[in-house]
Amino acid sequence: MRRPLAGRITALLAAGLLLPALAACGSGDDTDTDASGSGDGGDAALVIYSGRNEKLVKPILDKLEKAVGADVEVRYGDSAELAAQILEEGDRTKAGLFFSQDAGALGALSKEGMLAKLPQATLDKVDQAYRSGEGDWVGLSGRVRVIAYNPDEVAADEVPDSVHDVVEPEWKDKVGFAPTNASFQAFVTGMRVLEGDDATRKWLEDLKANGAKTYANNLATLDAVEAGEVSLGLVNHYYWYERVAEKGEDEVDARLHFLPGKDPGALINVAGAGVLADNGEQSATARKAVDYLLSEEAQTYFADRTKEYPLAAGVTSTVEGLPPLESLESPDIDLGKLESLQETLAMLQDVGLV
Amino acid sequence: MVLLVPACVAALFALLPLGYLAVRALERGPAFAWEVVADERTLDLLGRSLGLTAVVVAACVILGVSLAWLTVRTALPGARVWSVAATLPLAVPSYVAAFAWLSAEPDLAGFGGAALALTLVSFPYVLLPVAAALRGIDPAQEEAARSLGHGPLRTFLRVTLPQLRPAAGGGALLVALYVLSDFGAVSLMRYDTFTRAIHTSYRASFDRTPAAALSVVLVVMTVALVAAEARTRGRAGHARTGGGTARPAAPVPLGRWKPLALLWCGAVVAVAVAFPLGTLGYWLTVGSSATWDLGGLTETAWATLGVAAAGAALTTALALPVGVIAARHRGRGARLLEQAAYAGHALPGITVALSLVFFAVRYAYPLYQRLPLLVCAYAVLFLPVAVAATRAAVLQAPPVLEDVARSLGRRPWQVLREVTVPLAAPGVTAGAALTFVVCMKELPATLLLRPTGMDTLATRLWTETGAGSFAAAAPYAAALILLAAVPSYLLGRHRT
Repeated sequence: MRRPLAGRITALLAAGLLLPALAACGSGDDTDTDASGSGDGGDAALVIYSGRNEKLVKPILDKLEKAVGADVEVRYGDSAELAAQILEEGDRTKAGLFFSQDAGALGALSKEGMLAKLPQATLDKVDQAYRSGEGDWVGLSGRVRVIAYNPDEVAADEVPDSVHDVVEPEWKDKVGFAPTNASFQAFVTGMRVLEGDDATRKWLEDLKANGAKTYANNLATLDAVEAGEVSLGLVNHYYWYERVAEKGEDEVDARLHFLPGKDPGALINVAGAGVLADNGEQSATARKAVDYLLSEEAQTYFADRTKEYPLAAGVTSTVEGLPPLESLESPDIDLGKLESLQETLAMLQDVGLV
Repeated sequence: MVLLVPACVAALFALLPLGYLAVRALERGPAFAWEVVADERTLDLLGRSLGLTAVVVAACVILGVSLAWLTVRTALPGARVWSVAATLPLAVPSYVAAFAWLSAEPDLAGFGGAALALTLVSFPYVLLPVAAALRGIDPAQEEAARSLGHGPLRTFLRVTLPQLRPAAGGGALLVALYVLSDFGAVSLMRYDTFTRAIHTSYRASFDRTPAAALSVVLVVMTVALVAAEARTRGRAGHARTGGGTARPAAPVPLGRWKPLALLWCGAVVAVAVAFPLGTLGYWLTVGSSATWDLGGLTETAWATLGVAAAGAALTTALALPVGVIAARHRGRGARLLEQAAYAGHALPGITVALSLVFFAVRYAYPLYQRLPLLVCAYAVLFLPVAVAATRAAVLQAPPVLEDVARSLGRRPWQVLREVTVPLAAPGVTAGAALTFVVCMKELPATLLLRPTGMDTLATRLWTETGAGSFAAAAPYAAALILLAAVPSYLLGRHRT
């Protein structure tokens, strides 16, 4: 009874082991290959670390490869984890370009001096509000915080115009949000910058005391609004538009409310990109890549595919029903100042929300 | 000692993350690290992590021991089918189980949901070694107890259970370490544990120092758990030679308990296997984003099988010397060696991955973002799974036979090759199969260390769910479960 099982498992392991192990041993020995995997060894090959989801951005990055005229390899991962990885790699990083889902991860690399200054012409394509004060990263697409609501639970004209209202007794146990989500934390950071730490802490405490429900991410929050589990959800705008694009507007119950009056709850954050410093060979290609991502073709892609706001001057969103970016009454804030996430986290921990 | 050198290599390997954590945690001085650790929140997280661990371990021991006993030692109808079915939950990643439950019952979120999901995917860690031990136990002692007038229950409690303690303890330790390091289930269930706090820390501050300081606390917890488990082992030895032959025990008749026993097995298999599979089926049929990219799926499946097999092979090779030493020697050195092997296991995958990034970029740059490094990461992460299996297998091989071989003039390495390894082979291969399954499901280290452009089923699953298309993720989840089910199935049929 012993042999057959042992034999079968050994055979299974051996069969699976053979190919990759041989390949691995082979490639591990020649120490001078610079790019991994496919064996395309051009010096100017651009490696992009993409914190943006492959499903969302692969088509445009495929086009980018043609536009910059060099081989492009994309490493997909989580924005925060890729930023940590780049910091761990230091000046030996393989990345030429970091394409981040939020400004915070770019700010972290900028703070450690890992990003190179971008040409002024590139920077000037984007409104000052949506790029680094240091000139070392630019926003590529905009994402605005909104309140999603379930019309079965709350009438459109009763939806609060300010995040300050959701801590009122009438919304007890009826609000959903995602405290571990980077966008929510950026919004809290924005509130701290705009209204000070004491007011923000009070708001968070009130939110918690008011029985607001926490979810893993924006999608789960939107699901909870859909299901009527909560009446209001603090989310980013594009989740709703993507869902409508997938299911059709009639199949989606939730609706969105864009907050007026420069409320901190209407913060506009960005997804953006930065060129890695100290990566000489790749840098020129990486700069070309940033310019391509700000081109009309790429910007229109973001508008159509991810339902975000295009940020390059002269390109407007094509999404039906989406209020124009200029019409939004979002707070005036320097996105560079959203880097003080650490204090936000400490505050969220103190209050007991994360 | 022929084993000492390779064993130390394995231990040093497993200690890599610890070296990294020391560097990172102390980056801003011990005072800062202490400030992070001494925060009152740390105590809170400690309580939450340990509470979850205790509940999951207790539930896994109850499920694992009861199912092992029912399927191995009783006249349960369809015992073999049940024993295979009860092993299949191993193939379900914790994040898939958690998602399945959440999508069906959103109110489950929190402690209860996390405990449920983790229990249902990890009880086979207890079931497998206990079932193996039950088959290895000499029934003569039980028969003696029965002949002395003890009833079946009393015999089980007084005679059988004590002999199962080492196997159940080893399995429980693996479950405990798995719970401590799990991120998928607790994050979906929104239950804050140490690992989740470490992830949040990376995410919110991109700062590796506080995360490293918190990870050190996890390592301390691991060492405490491993030491506690070593204590429960006592001096139990399992090998027997001479004076009768090991033979299958006569099945215990279940009598009027039969329906209840069947109900119990059926319920466990239904919630742990049928439910997640049913949920996947549901996504596949209703989701509009479902697409069957058969080419991509096949390619990804092959890549996954390849790296998982390589990971299992390396892990098993490294675990062999450690496991043999842990089984055969009682000294402090042997204990330290075994504990070192467990060092990386309770750490979140992201921490282990970043430590390998750190070392590879500095000292093995040509290997960086290549398959060998990913395979090494699997070995660091899963060494204890293979060590536990090896140790248990060697313990069941009679040391007397090794003594005989030595007395016949065999050199130590010949004894190892001709006696110990062949005797322990079935248990070691079972450990390899188990490692293979856990490698297949691994996500965070795979994301950071895989060669650019390579995908495994787990990373595809992550990509698809990250874009919110659960239906598109379902084929990858289904493929992952089906492929991992093959070694799980073999493990379930495993007869020593």
